[in-house]
Amino acid sequence: MAAVARRRIAGTLAHRAAILLYILVALFPLFWLLKVSVTPNPLLYSEGVRLWPSQTSFEHFAFVIRNSDFPLFFRNSLIVSLSTAVIVTIIAAGAGYAMSRFSFRGKLWLVGLLLVTQMFPLVMLIAPIFRMLTPLGLTNSLTGLVIVYSAFNVPFAVFLMQSFFDAIPKDLDDAAMIDGASRFQAFRQIIVPLTLPGMAATLGFVFTAAWSELLFALMLISRADASTFPVGLLSFVSKFGVNFGQMMAAGVLALIPALLFFLLIQRFLVQGLTAGAVKG
Amino acid sequence: MATIDLEAVAKSFGPVHVLEPVDLQIRSGEFVVLVGPSGCGKSTLLRMIAGLEEASSGDIRIAGERVNEVPPKDRNIAMVFQSYALYPHMTVAQNMSYSLKLRKTAKERIAEAVKGAAETLGLSKLTERRPRALSGGQRQRVAMGRAIVRRPQAFLFDEPLSNLDARLREQMRAEIKKLHARLGATSIYVTHDQIEAMTLADRIVALDAGKIQQIGTPLDLYQRPANRFVAGFIGSPAMNFVSGTYRAAAAGRPVHLQADHAALPVPDLDRPDGHAVTVGIRPEHVLVEPGDAPGTIGCGVELVEPTGMGTIVHLRLGDVALKAYRPGYTEWTAGQRVHVRLPREHMHIFDEASGARIEPAGSGRSPGLSEWPAATKLD
Ligand SMILES: Nc1ncnc2c1ncn2[C@@H]1O[C@H](COP(=O)(O)OP(=O)(O)OP(=O)(O)O)[C@@H](O)[C@H]1O
Ligand SMILES: [Mg+2]
Repeated sequence: MAAVARRRIAGTLAHRAAILLYILVALFPLFWLLKVSVTPNPLLYSEGVRLWPSQTSFEHFAFVIRNSDFPLFFRNSLIVSLSTAVIVTIIAAGAGYAMSRFSFRGKLWLVGLLLVTQMFPLVMLIAPIFRMLTPLGLTNSLTGLVIVYSAFNVPFAVFLMQSFFDAIPKDLDDAAMIDGASRFQAFRQIIVPLTLPGMAATLGFVFTAAWSELLFALMLISRADASTFPVGLLSFVSKFGVNFGQMMAAGVLALIPALLFFLLIQRFLVQGLTAGAVKG
Repeated sequence: MATIDLEAVAKSFGPVHVLEPVDLQIRSGEFVVLVGPSGCGKSTLLRMIAGLEEASSGDIRIAGERVNEVPPKDRNIAMVFQSYALYPHMTVAQNMSYSLKLRKTAKERIAEAVKGAAETLGLSKLTERRPRALSGGQRQRVAMGRAIVRRPQAFLFDEPLSNLDARLREQMRAEIKKLHARLGATSIYVTHDQIEAMTLADRIVALDAGKIQQIGTPLDLYQRPANRFVAGFIGSPAMNFVSGTYRAAAAGRPVHLQADHAALPVPDLDRPDGHAVTVGIRPEHVLVEPGDAPGTIGCGVELVEPTGMGTIVHLRLGDVALKAYRPGYTEWTAGQRVHVRLPREHMHIFDEASGARIEPAGSGRSPGLSEWPAATKLD
């Protein structure tokens, strides 16, 4: 008995240690970001490699907020990411519900088509998309970015939402419709409240994808007033060198909205809301 | 309360025919039970009446009005699902009042209806709970409550009790019966529990493989099953079947059993010599006797199952298994040899090929046992 117990404890310890190791590796770059952002410029190259500088300052933050275009980039990024997330989630909720509940002609083809869109490297699509958006006046515009991001994120989000709807018993729709609800009322009043965790996950996923997208932002936007933050970040790379301190400070600031966003939706990410719907 | 009429209602999913054309007239206030094995199309039929599934052909009428194109919400029918299908994000009271809210019923009236239903079903203390905080039986009651607050035209039940344990099922069965007596609502009840079917039904509809096999009162189906399927499906423990050949030319016109070559006295049949038949007899009609009295067949006792209320004796006759049911206890033990008597007034004869019931020749009256000659060994 004692041997078994000891083995179990050893197993648990190894398990925890592995997780800890993973977290350390995953978070180290973030730590480095934070560390460099609070290191005063003179110390950056003079102190060698240290885990924490001997002196910290917030001068980089102050500079980025007061003297750079970063507040503008932030605002742009926020507009683009939020709009994309909301639009994609609404479309994906509707499409995912349809895919989950209805059988219709050409459904298999539609699924195949959605999958095919996920197969090509995005780089291939830059030129055609640029050509299409230019005559429409959608380059150098946040609207253009929102459209492109939405188009790229919808297929995956549809599959994601479909899997959340699939997890909810069809009997609930049926019960609601028998109770006197239309199909849409059943969707809105019964199914949507139960899929909030899934919607939150989709929202978060799309938001972060749009928030950190660089390639298309770089290609489609050339004016500073329409730049998103990843593009703006590159402005710290100049001919004469890289201003690491300011760049990292901007990076830390860029983390804040994503963090806040997840803090807001984490309540919905907690699963188990559907427990008790039907006897399992 | 309303009548429900099905006229040649059929259903196929693509090329698969799930339901052959069904004709069924249900009277206002009648309690009809659909029974049949798994996959025979019971739920499909119910869902078509509810409007959740489109009929491929035929007419469905509720209160005389054709409703084939009417969406479920406008059919004013309540349904209790096997899974209960309670809304998990709503409290018991909200679950029960959802339909009334959708109909824009006045608040006081909703509160009153919910209170009444909760009292009827013993849920008064639980109205503020969520479904996940309820036991299986309580969830089942909420599902019932959700149906009864509405005063619908008809109730549909799709195996509402199959997730409950035996004791609770028995209790709920009685409550459903009382509820029906009180509300008098037209009800269609799907089950594959034949005790539920027997006890609840005004009429039973036996379905198999998408076809109606028989429609009748519980006793009709029990006493005069229209075919082998119904005979085997209704009744527990199930009816015994032995195959044999009708010997119209032989003395006493018996059936020669394949299993034992015994000549079994049966009622006279309008069938030619050599006709293959199946003889059915219910376990409670099989008489087990210790001695080799004339007219009995020798059997081995394989297993004795006391159920408390009675005893099921499993017997073996050649390669055929037979069951006998006796009230109370029996002195038989496994391994013993006994003799059974199959009284012909309790026999059901079926055509071996089609399974259809064969009525005795002449009047439908079964003659008394004493008039018949004893079974004799052939060899
Ligand atoms: N959407 C569908 N597409 C194809 N076949 C279906 C569909 N729904 C049901 N079926 C088939 O129809 C037949 C009848 O199904 P149904 O659910 O009515 O059976 P049931 O009698 O209610 O069985 P159970 O007692 O197991 O609930 C089954 O063979 C099933 O496989
Ligand atoms: Mg079913």
